[in-house]
Amino acid sequence: MKLHEYQAKEIMRRYGIPTPRGKVAETPDEVFKIATELGGRAVVKAQVHVGGRGKAGGIRVVNNPDEARVAGSEILGMDIKGLTVGKVLVEEAIEAVSEYYLGVTVDRSQKSVTIIASSEGGIDIEEVAAKTPQKISKMWSTPKEGFMPWQARSLALDAGFDEGTIARVGGYFSGLFKLFEREDAELAEINPLMVTKDGKAIAADAKITLDDNALFRHPGYSDLWEEEGDDPLEQEARKRKLTYVKLNGDIGVIGNGAGLVMATIDAIKAEGGEAANFLDIGGGARAEVVQSALELILMDEAVKAILINVFGGITRCDEVAQGLLKAIESVNLDLPVVVRLVGTKEAEGRAILSETPAVTADTMVDAAKRIVAIAGGGI
Amino acid sequence: MGIFIDRRTKVVVQGITGREGRFHALRMRDYNPDVVVAGVTPGKGGQDVEGIPVFNTVLEAVKETGANASCIFVPAWAAADAVMESFAAGIELVVCITEGIPTLDVINMVSQANVDGLARRVIGPNSPGIITCGEASIGIMPGQIFKPGPVGVISRSGTLTYEVVGLLSSCGIGQSTCIGVGGDPIIGTTFVDCLGAFEKDDNTKAVVLIGEIGGSDEEDAAEFIRNMTKPVVTFISGRTAPPGKRMGHAGAIVSGSMGTAESKVKAFQKAGVPVANTINQIADIMKELL
Repeated sequence: MKLHEYQAKEIMRRYGIPTPRGKVAETPDEVFKIATELGGRAVVKAQVHVGGRGKAGGIRVVNNPDEARVAGSEILGMDIKGLTVGKVLVEEAIEAVSEYYLGVTVDRSQKSVTIIASSEGGIDIEEVAAKTPQKISKMWSTPKEGFMPWQARSLALDAGFDEGTIARVGGYFSGLFKLFEREDAELAEINPLMVTKDGKAIAADAKITLDDNALFRHPGYSDLWEEEGDDPLEQEARKRKLTYVKLNGDIGVIGNGAGLVMATIDAIKAEGGEAANFLDIGGGARAEVVQSALELILMDEAVKAILINVFGGITRCDEVAQGLLKAIESVNLDLPVVVRLVGTKEAEGRAILSETPAVTADTMVDAAKRIVAIAGGGI
Repeated sequence: MGIFIDRRTKVVVQGITGREGRFHALRMRDYNPDVVVAGVTPGKGGQDVEGIPVFNTVLEAVKETGANASCIFVPAWAAADAVMESFAAGIELVVCITEGIPTLDVINMVSQANVDGLARRVIGPNSPGIITCGEASIGIMPGQIFKPGPVGVISRSGTLTYEVVGLLSSCGIGQSTCIGVGGDPIIGTTFVDCLGAFEKDDNTKAVVLIGEIGGSDEEDAAEFIRNMTKPVVTFISGRTAPPGKRMGHAGAIVSGSMGTAESKVKAFQKAGVPVANTINQIADIMKELL
């Protein structure tokens, strides 16, 4: 779950990390009011769940409240990479003498938490890693081991931070690690950390992604949840508790198991077709789940044909076939369907399918060939 | 023989009185009755699940039955605790089926395996389990599709593995041990760990590796295979997956330039490891190698 910058900064302040003074606005008048309160130069920043806001014109520095109002009216409602801006963060502008990067995230290959520092702040860290890897320093830890301020100080020194800053930055860094651990984050990032002439360090931009699997430990987080940015079909899938990803093609895909569905989508592509979605009904799905999955796929107007690929282990083929039968009745399913069923209760499943217009296939590749021919032929 | 488990393994099933735990404990027992020795559900000690004794704690189960492996079916919020309890009771191998465990819990439980220099092992989480063909099954894999033979199978997926195993069996290519390493971003046992064990296993002559997008375990495996004497055939799923989207498995995500199928395929090709473009090709290549 991605948080907005203003939400991330709120959490960071709780861990002792200073952020610029500011507030969130939803109208140009509110922007004007906040800028007046702040006095002086301000920054108006679009709050959307995508990177590259600055380049897209979603971040503007203004000199007075009137300019702030204009910037607000232009940014609010703006479209950034398909997302509409509904909120802006209005903050005091910070004059930086240097900009650093601090980040905490999960390192898959090390099976641990990695703490990253760089003296190249304000740039995408992946870009820094590619161009000037010597300007990045890393350490590893686990929630159990923790990350002490002295470790943070030596990491900051190693990354080329100015000596005058490390006493403060060490504490903030250690706070960021604590935040990461206690809030169950996947990513906690300050980029840039701006250092001012008088030696203060301030988190000018903040990013936090929370671990969806840990939300049960943080009941308050449901208030931070915003569906903005999700495809409407993906939202519908979440309501139906289906694992679904919208794709760009015209062949609806249903299968059991993530790896199998991914491989099915690849097989369709290899035959010259394009899948409209990824949909995993999981293990042991009953007929109702299959029916619900088919209903969801039919809400996608791009879908011209449907492929069902099930390897029955815990999932029973007869349940899958029953689900198809139910969907044909309940939602008037009239698109061509190719079904490949193998494994537990295969014969029973096939017997049910013989009552339907569905085309059956013996293997995954065979099923992909058939569905691509049908979708391509526009039958 | 095979790797990690065999007919002498003794399993305690944690969460045995739950719907999933019960169902799969009985299926594991069908595969080899000697292997499933106990179950644990706190508060239900003294009961039994069709003859399998249930204990309150893993330690009791170990003392009474000599269990040396555990299979975890407890819910995600309690799973890390269950793994820690196993290790504290002296269990050496934990197979974690549970999906959706918070990532930081996984880091803690996986790092616990190696504290004090102990070489204990977690397989998973989010694993379908492990089977040493004809000897023992721990997890949820459908035993009937496996056939004893010389090919080791490792995979990050469940049903796709069954698909490949079904194909191999139908072509007369049997398997030694098949391991689902799990679909999560952090897992206890990686491809490299399994490859190392297969290299030493007398019953394994070749390996099939089924990878997918996300992370860099396949790239690490490619480097490792360079120094192996046994041939490995690979397959990568998710070649057409869009970046930034989790494809069902928590770990199956291309983030930025990391974890693409292209990078994995390239790494294998660079190391001279054959990459099958379709499932069927896996069997074709394997037939030639054996």
